[in-house]
Amino acid sequence: MSEVFDAMQFLSYLINGISLGSVYALIALGYTMVYGIAKMLNFAHGDVIMIGSYVVFFAFGSFGLNPIVSVLLSMVVCTLLGVTVERVAYRPLREAPSLAVLITAIGVSYLLQQTAQLMWSSNPKSFTSVVGLRAVSLFDGQLMISGETIVTILSCILIMLALTWFVNHTSAGHAMLAVSEDRGAAQLMGVNVNATISLTFAIGSALAAIAGALLCSSYPTLQPTTGAMPGIKAFVAAVFGGIGSIPGAFVGGILLGIIENLSKAYISTQLSDAIVFLMLIVVLLVKPTGLLGKKVNVKV
Amino acid sequence: MAITKLKNMKKTTKSNLITFGIVVAFYLVIQLCTGMGMMTSSFAGQLVPICAYIILAVSLNLTVGILGELSLGHAGFMSVGAFSGTLVWMTTSATLPSWLALALSFVVGGVVAGLFGLLIGIPVLRLSGDYLAIVTLAFGEIIKNFMNACYLGYDANGLHFSLKDSASLHLAADGQVLINGAMGITGVKKASTFTVGIILILITLVVILNLIHSRAGRAITSIRDNEIAAQSIGINITRYKLMAFIVSAVFAGVAGVLYSLNFSTLVAKKFDYNTSILILVFVVLGGIGNIRGSIIAAAILTVLPELLRSMNDYRMLIYAIVLIVVMIFSQSPQLVAWRKKTLAKFKKNGSVKPPKGVA
Repeated sequence: MSEVFDAMQFLSYLINGISLGSVYALIALGYTMVYGIAKMLNFAHGDVIMIGSYVVFFAFGSFGLNPIVSVLLSMVVCTLLGVTVERVAYRPLREAPSLAVLITAIGVSYLLQQTAQLMWSSNPKSFTSVVGLRAVSLFDGQLMISGETIVTILSCILIMLALTWFVNHTSAGHAMLAVSEDRGAAQLMGVNVNATISLTFAIGSALAAIAGALLCSSYPTLQPTTGAMPGIKAFVAAVFGGIGSIPGAFVGGILLGIIENLSKAYISTQLSDAIVFLMLIVVLLVKPTGLLGKKVNVKV
Repeated sequence: MAITKLKNMKKTTKSNLITFGIVVAFYLVIQLCTGMGMMTSSFAGQLVPICAYIILAVSLNLTVGILGELSLGHAGFMSVGAFSGTLVWMTTSATLPSWLALALSFVVGGVVAGLFGLLIGIPVLRLSGDYLAIVTLAFGEIIKNFMNACYLGYDANGLHFSLKDSASLHLAADGQVLINGAMGITGVKKASTFTVGIILILITLVVILNLIHSRAGRAITSIRDNEIAAQSIGINITRYKLMAFIVSAVFAGVAGVLYSLNFSTLVAKKFDYNTSILILVFVVLGGIGNIRGSIIAAAILTVLPELLRSMNDYRMLIYAIVLIVVMIFSQSPQLVAWRKKTLAKFKKNGSVKPPKGVA
């Protein structure tokens, strides 16, 4: 930090951080909901994002469909994919030890990556942004905010609000809460556990499709491994905020994005990931269940 | 005489001897194949990595299967071990006799990894379950990023270290860059052989099997089975958790040295999250808590992509499908029950134990 501190530049880094964080938050929602309800770490979630991005890439970039239609199409594909994966690979292992499901999820992750590589080759594709909005200039052009940034932040906030409303005010949402509280008791109360878990995967995967389109609009290289690192970061964000908690995923995602972008700008590009992970360790040591996580007392 | 001795032997001793026997038999078969010229060069190149992966799988099984904590950062310990051991090898191989330099490299690699295990273990083992898993994952990524940005060199004035680039090391004219950031260590004289690998596997097995069947090992398993109950009978939880974690880290470090001395360059990128996952896959597929299973799974799964080479593009796809199908068939409660029923039909007193799971 040898140069003079530039407030506008800082603001620009901060806003970009929030935008990146919004994408993490959207992905983290998928992780956190699935964890809360099915008690499993879905390691294949990052690769669903990648598949979704390819769908948008072809629908919008190659066939020239309307951007909104392309994203909707990608949401449909991802939803089907998520539900199918859950049905075929995870449901038979519902009562198995959690490690078994974890390894299966890793297998699914490899499978999706390899399929993408076989179908579309590992050469990076350059993604055309789905956002048609022009950049906004503030403070006499000292601060430029790109259209992608605005759309990303706004859609994340909208989705968060909609999801919170859905969980708290619809019967399907209540079923989700019930299953995450106690699966057995929920079943006794007449909640269809399998349908609820399928619904959770559907919502998580649809959000992953949106996140993929937004992520690739801001960072326009697309290849079969595109989803892996954002997937891990979003997983970290979910744990950061308290895994299983929807507001936690939001807070964790945004914070993670800000920390990553600021440390990239002011400390070191190479070490920014290390700093992000170090922050996670520090937070977990102080609050072992994440920022907004519930404390669980273990009884004998 | 010998047969009665074998009969009176304790069950665990017998089981351990079988495990050692498998390793020795594996060694002899491979040596025989090499002697008869039946080895393809691509398979021969896999021998040292197989040994390294076996040690990694066995050591991770100590954390995952015996201690019952999920670790996703085993490659991190492998990485610190590999870098420190290789540095020792680079600096001492010219002056010391090569067997001594090699032994020293393994010891240093193991000790450094063990120290990291202690350093990480003290804070991290306060967490449990998925939180512990994510922190070990974070730790592995931190090590990878740090080693990627790490520059180390030496000249007449001693060691120089930087996190920026090799120019900011300010080396004298005669200085030499040892670790060159993301390019890692280059020009390593290869030293790992299959025989060294097998010796290390045997040492690992002696230490870990003895630990498991000792008083300390029983304390560790009791923590896995019920932490609160173990605490209530006076077992020092932190001490035994740390013990298992550190021993596991030490052997990961040794395996890292073995692995890295098989190649002429060493880069931090190799030891990423995918490597940790790969080792975990060996442990889970081999059977959690089953040391012999880890050995067999590590050997087979390392060779499998090689065997599928003729399928070229599809081999990783097949690997993924095999992984999913094996997991579903071996772990799904319905399928396990079905398998047991079918087995019982064939065997009269067929009491198949269910696989021990760690939640």
